[in-house]
Amino acid sequence: MTKKKIATIWMDGCSGCHMSFLDIDHRLLDIADLIELVHSPLVDHKDFPPDVDVTLVEGAVSSNEDLEKILKVRARTKILVSMGDCAVNANVPAMRNRFTPKALNEAIYLAPNMAQPQIPHGTVPTLLPQVRPVHAVVKVDVYVPGCPPSNDTLFYVLSELIHGRMPDLSDKTRFGA
Amino acid sequence: MSRVVTLKINGQDVSGREDESILDVARENGIEIPTLCQLDGLSNVGACRLCLVEIVGVSRLLPACVTRVAEGMEVNTESERLLRYRRMIVEMLFSEGNHVCPVCISNGHCELQDTAIALQINHIGMPYRFPVRQVDASHARYGLDPNRCILCTRCVRVCDEIEGAHTWDIMGRGIASQLVTDLATPWGESETCTSCGKCVQICPTGALFIKGKSVGEMTKRPDFLPYLAMMRNRKNGS
Repeated sequence: MTKKKIATIWMDGCSGCHMSFLDIDHRLLDIADLIELVHSPLVDHKDFPPDVDVTLVEGAVSSNEDLEKILKVRARTKILVSMGDCAVNANVPAMRNRFTPKALNEAIYLAPNMAQPQIPHGTVPTLLPQVRPVHAVVKVDVYVPGCPPSNDTLFYVLSELIHGRMPDLSDKTRFGA
Repeated sequence: MSRVVTLKINGQDVSGREDESILDVARENGIEIPTLCQLDGLSNVGACRLCLVEIVGVSRLLPACVTRVAEGMEVNTESERLLRYRRMIVEMLFSEGNHVCPVCISNGHCELQDTAIALQINHIGMPYRFPVRQVDASHARYGLDPNRCILCTRCVRVCDEIEGAHTWDIMGRGIASQLVTDLATPWGESETCTSCGKCVQICPTGALFIKGKSVGEMTKRPDFLPYLAMMRNRKNGS
C-alpha cells in the first residue's frame, strides 16, 4: 500500500490546533506506516509539494501570504480539511475586522511604547481588508470545528481520511468545542 | 371551556385544545420542533422562524408557536425542505452577528450553539457580515454584547410582560435592528430598569450576561419563568 501524503499548514491561528494534533501522541505511531508527512510547520520543507492526499489547514485567511499559500495548497491537495474554528469560521482573528488594516498597523507599530515606531513595509505580510474563513476563498472538503478540536477528533478525522472514508463529525465536535 | 380537536402530526393521531398552538401539542406528544425565540411563560411572536412547519393544504410554511391547531389538520414537522430552511435560518443568525464561541461566556451553554449542533451545521455557507457593534457595559451588574444578539426579543418580552418595566425594546428595522434600553440610552443610565436580571437569565446566547463571568462560565436559569407567568395570570384572574 502506498503511503498517504499528509500535510498541515498554519495561517492566522494560535497553533493550538497543531498542539492538539501533536496530542494524538503515541497513536501517531500506529498510523506512521500509513502516512508520509510531506509538509508542515512541524517539519522542515520549504515549498508545498504537489499531489498531497490530505492537508489539514489551521487558521483563517488574514494576509496576502495566507491567500497565496491557500491557493497553492488547494491546487496541490486532494482533500482539504478546515481544522479548527479559525479555518472554519475565522473565529478570534476575525475580531479585527471592525478595524481597517491601516488603523491596526498604526495602533500597533506606531504605539508610543515602541522603541522605533514605524510601519513595516515588506518585512511582514500585508493584512487583507478582512479575515475570512478558508471556505470563503477556496473549496473545502471537510470541516472540523472546535477551538481546538480534541486530539481524539483529529485522530478520528485523520484515520478515516487515510482509509479513504469521509469522517462523520456530527456527534464529535462543535463550534467552540 | 375550549374544545378538544384531533389532528395529525407527522402521520401520528394527536389531540389538543383548540386554543393550543401546534408547538404545544407537538411537545405534549414528544415531537421535537426546534425554537429559539419561544419560551414557556412568555407570549409567542414567531420571530426566529425556526419552528416553521408544513400544513397539508396550505402552500406557505407556518410558525408552529403562533399557529393554532384545528380539527382535521395535517401537520408535518420534518422534511428535507424544513431542514434546509432551519439550517439556513441558523446560518443567517451566525453570519449576521459576530458569534465567536471559543471566547464567549456562554460557550457550551448557548441555545444558538446547541441548535447549530442539533442541525449538524459544521460551517456557515453564507458570507459573514462582520458588523461593528458596541458593547454596553454601563450597568453595574450586567452587560450587553450586541455582537451575540439574535433579536429573539425574549428580553423585551420578559421585561414587559413579567417584570412590567419595558426597559428593553428593538430600535431600527431589518438588518439595522438593534436592542436598546429606554430610548437608546446606556443601560446603566436607564430609569426604568429594576436590575432584576430576568432578561439576563432568559437570553438564549451570551448577549446578556452577568459581569465577572469568564469564557463558558455563564449558565442561565430560565426555569423561574413559567412559575412567575402562572402566578401573574392567576392574579389577573385569567
